[in-house]
Amino acid sequence: MVASSLLDLIGNTPLVELQALSPPGRTIYAKLEGQNPTGSIKDRVALAMVESADLEPGQELLEPTSGNTGISLALVAKLRGLKLTCVMPSNATPERRALLELYGATIIDSPGNEGSNGAVRLAQEIVARDDRYMMLFQYANEANPRAHYEGTGVEIARDLPRVDALVAGLGTGGTLMGTGARLREAFPDVQIVAAEPLPGDPVMGLRSLEDGYVPPVLDVEKLDRKLLVSNAEAAAAVRVLLEREGLFAGVSAGAVVHVARRIADELPQGSVVVAVLADGGWKYLSAPFWTGEEIDEAVLWW
Amino acid sequence: MSVVRVPPVLRSEAGGAREVEASGSNVRELLEDLVRRIPALGSRVYGDGEIQSFVNVYVDGEDVRTRDGLDTPVRDSSTVILLPAMAGGC
Repeated sequence: MVASSLLDLIGNTPLVELQALSPPGRTIYAKLEGQNPTGSIKDRVALAMVESADLEPGQELLEPTSGNTGISLALVAKLRGLKLTCVMPSNATPERRALLELYGATIIDSPGNEGSNGAVRLAQEIVARDDRYMMLFQYANEANPRAHYEGTGVEIARDLPRVDALVAGLGTGGTLMGTGARLREAFPDVQIVAAEPLPGDPVMGLRSLEDGYVPPVLDVEKLDRKLLVSNAEAAAAVRVLLEREGLFAGVSAGAVVHVARRIADELPQGSVVVAVLADGGWKYLSAPFWTGEEIDEAVLWW
Repeated sequence: MSVVRVPPVLRSEAGGAREVEASGSNVRELLEDLVRRIPALGSRVYGDGEIQSFVNVYVDGEDVRTRDGLDTPVRDSSTVILLPAMAGGC
């Protein structure tokens, strides 16, 4: 395979059967989004959002992101000659911060105890007072689900003759909405299943319920199931993935596999479940869950 | 009686409790019972016959909005989790 740009290598990720973790008579396939150029599914979203953005000359990108989306945007921005500033919670892991800076992004810290919501709020304030910045805002950008409708979903429908359930992590909702819509066209009875993190400290630090946020991209009505996964369950699954399948995946992938096994168990013999693994384990090496020690329900997600 | 887990953002309405108890054979009955027992907490979660926006209710780990909503069955052994709606992603 020869490509003229790294951006041409975004998408077309492989599916691999989880032979050891699939329940008897069912098959779970993992879609390895960690094989995108910056190592996560967000490469698809970043490219689609930048390509559809209407930037004035001299305008710069600014995005609230604690990691993967920022790293993906940094790559796309670099290759497209754009400047990028990321607003991220001050307690994001050092690997992600270092990666963003190495890719050339500028970082603005938001209060760590406010999590993603705090980053979103600060980014909105900055963009409102400085029109040098354009915020692509993955939570409300229709290019986010469209990247999955035109990419992830097409690839799965092309590669598999049968899909009974799609399981993906619930973040912005882009993966589930876009991939789900495409798979429903190909397999009308497919179940669209969200694996949702049991939130840690940042959510718990909310001052009021009204500080909560439902991304405009996400339409919960389009989900068939929405299952909460604790950090302990996600961490256990991420370790089992490595031990039994040799797959070194990120913590959200652990949650997705945890739910995929439960769903596969509930489905009849012969069923096929696709689990979208958003990234690899590299950016989480400093997280405490690899050793199998007891972990608290702190923030490990994304 | 089912255990209802209360997120920190709602604990002052629950007198500081991390967990409270309520009973009902489905989510509607359980939330109505919660409103009776602890009105300050119940009314933040449930009002006008609906789950308040920005609140998610889970029975045994599953969001009731993708099950049968207020008609989702609750067993005595069920754990009900209340959480603020939040975006994830990065």
